[in-house]
Amino acid sequence: MSEVAAPLRSAPAFDRLRRHLARNPVAVRIGVAVLGAAIWELLGHTVLDPDFISPPSAILLAAPRVLSDPGVQAALVISFYELVVGFAIAVVAGILIALPIGLHRFSLRSALPLILLLYSIPQVTILPLFVLYFGIGSTSKIAFGTSHGIFPIILNVIAGVQSVEQAHLTAARAMGATRLQMIRRVVLPHMTPSLFTGLRLAMSGTLLGVLLAELYVSTGGIGYYTRLFTESFDPPATLTLVTVLALMAVLLNEVVRRAERRASFWRAEQR
Amino acid sequence: MTPLDSDWRSRTIQILFVAALVALWDYAGQHGLISPVLLPRLRAVIVKFVQIVQTDTLYINLAVTVFELLVAFAISASAGLALGYLVGRSRYGVLVFEPLLAGMFAVPIIVFLPLFILFFGIGMESKIAFGATYSFFPIVLNTIGGIAQVDPRFVTVARSMGASDRQMFRRVLLPAALPVIVTGLRIGCIVCFLSILGSEMIAGISGLGSRIVTLGEGMNTAEMFAYIAFVIVMAMILNISLTRMQRRFGETGGRA
Repeated sequence: MSEVAAPLRSAPAFDRLRRHLARNPVAVRIGVAVLGAAIWELLGHTVLDPDFISPPSAILLAAPRVLSDPGVQAALVISFYELVVGFAIAVVAGILIALPIGLHRFSLRSALPLILLLYSIPQVTILPLFVLYFGIGSTSKIAFGTSHGIFPIILNVIAGVQSVEQAHLTAARAMGATRLQMIRRVVLPHMTPSLFTGLRLAMSGTLLGVLLAELYVSTGGIGYYTRLFTESFDPPATLTLVTVLALMAVLLNEVVRRAERRASFWRAEQR
Repeated sequence: MTPLDSDWRSRTIQILFVAALVALWDYAGQHGLISPVLLPRLRAVIVKFVQIVQTDTLYINLAVTVFELLVAFAISASAGLALGYLVGRSRYGVLVFEPLLAGMFAVPIIVFLPLFILFFGIGMESKIAFGATYSFFPIVLNTIGGIAQVDPRFVTVARSMGASDRQMFRRVLLPAALPVIVTGLRIGCIVCFLSILGSEMIAGISGLGSRIVTLGEGMNTAEMFAYIAFVIVMAMILNISLTRMQRRFGETGGRA
């Protein structure tokens, strides 16, 4: 239809653009982001103090310099290592703690209030204890990351186990499934959605814990370098690191989401 | 039966577990199994706790932290509610802005903390700004989510009965979205408290977080434990009262 009616005036063209945009919120979303960056760029060249913050172009220009610094590269590796180890411990330990608790009504009723009690402790207050016990090296960062990541795993796995329909368990038992088979074939597949919710929350929790501990006291890692760059009035370098970190966080989040979609493909009700 | 309904047997187990931990702690301290610098004796912590609640130092630092929390939360709540309402009103606005905000929230905001300190100094301003920024996101995202999940039929019906924008907001959108919005406010308040504590610990000159760090650096572990215990109690009180408040709003939300 619209191909036939040639736009003689600007109004139909504008109208078409409007309709096009109405159908493509993604384009508008990108436009808003670009506009924000443009405003930032403009402000960066006019009113903002370059010692404190720098426009996006300066960050892009600084990126090669910062990222080729061997110290920064080592820091990225250290932080990533701390994150991965902390996350792995949180996931394995979390599942091992949560499964036996979630599978029995009695152990659930006994243990869940204790877990919730522990969870309600603001963990940042005990950060000095982690440094006291685990030193100022990577170990304290891993431990603090794990302490942030483990609770989402435990709570979501318990919730996932709880969500298993009793009828499915009864059916499996009636068909002669052993306890192990019931866990593997009924409970585990059923709890994938909440497990993955837990994984995603645990990932960002672990990252938060690792970064907090690095900012608090450290001799390496991204937290240390952001602090160093900020204190030496090198905002393009700080912002480069922040950008890398943000990309890393978004990427990891996306990885877990992809894995989630693959693991729960059989769920009809899943969109 | 909800899983949290405890019978006397599980209560007993819980009490025994906590008692065993306390006994172990006391035993380890008494027999010198752990250096008192790493783990002070339980009795010493209790004595210190009783002492610190009688000092001015505690209340001065408490006042600083509470003040920061109140100001930061006031900022993030008003900004988050306002922006959330503006975006959540239209489906298109949600499609455009919600992923942007959610994407920004996926970035660990903690890495910006050095910048906040650079901009606002090491005093209260940087903590307020950081706490407000951090807690803005859960509030705005929940406000958008709350308004966007209002059944469109409600809106259509109200519109066809001639509701004005104001009436639509007061009578339809707000009551239907309130439970979700209040959840956002509750999470935001907790996040605000935690991020203020964290920023006080990393770079602060006053406030409970900075007090804990100072004591820890002075190897004054018993007093540090007492302060940590105080903050934990405070966080629990905050948590419980917010949950209570939310339950009230959540219930009236559907009816109002």
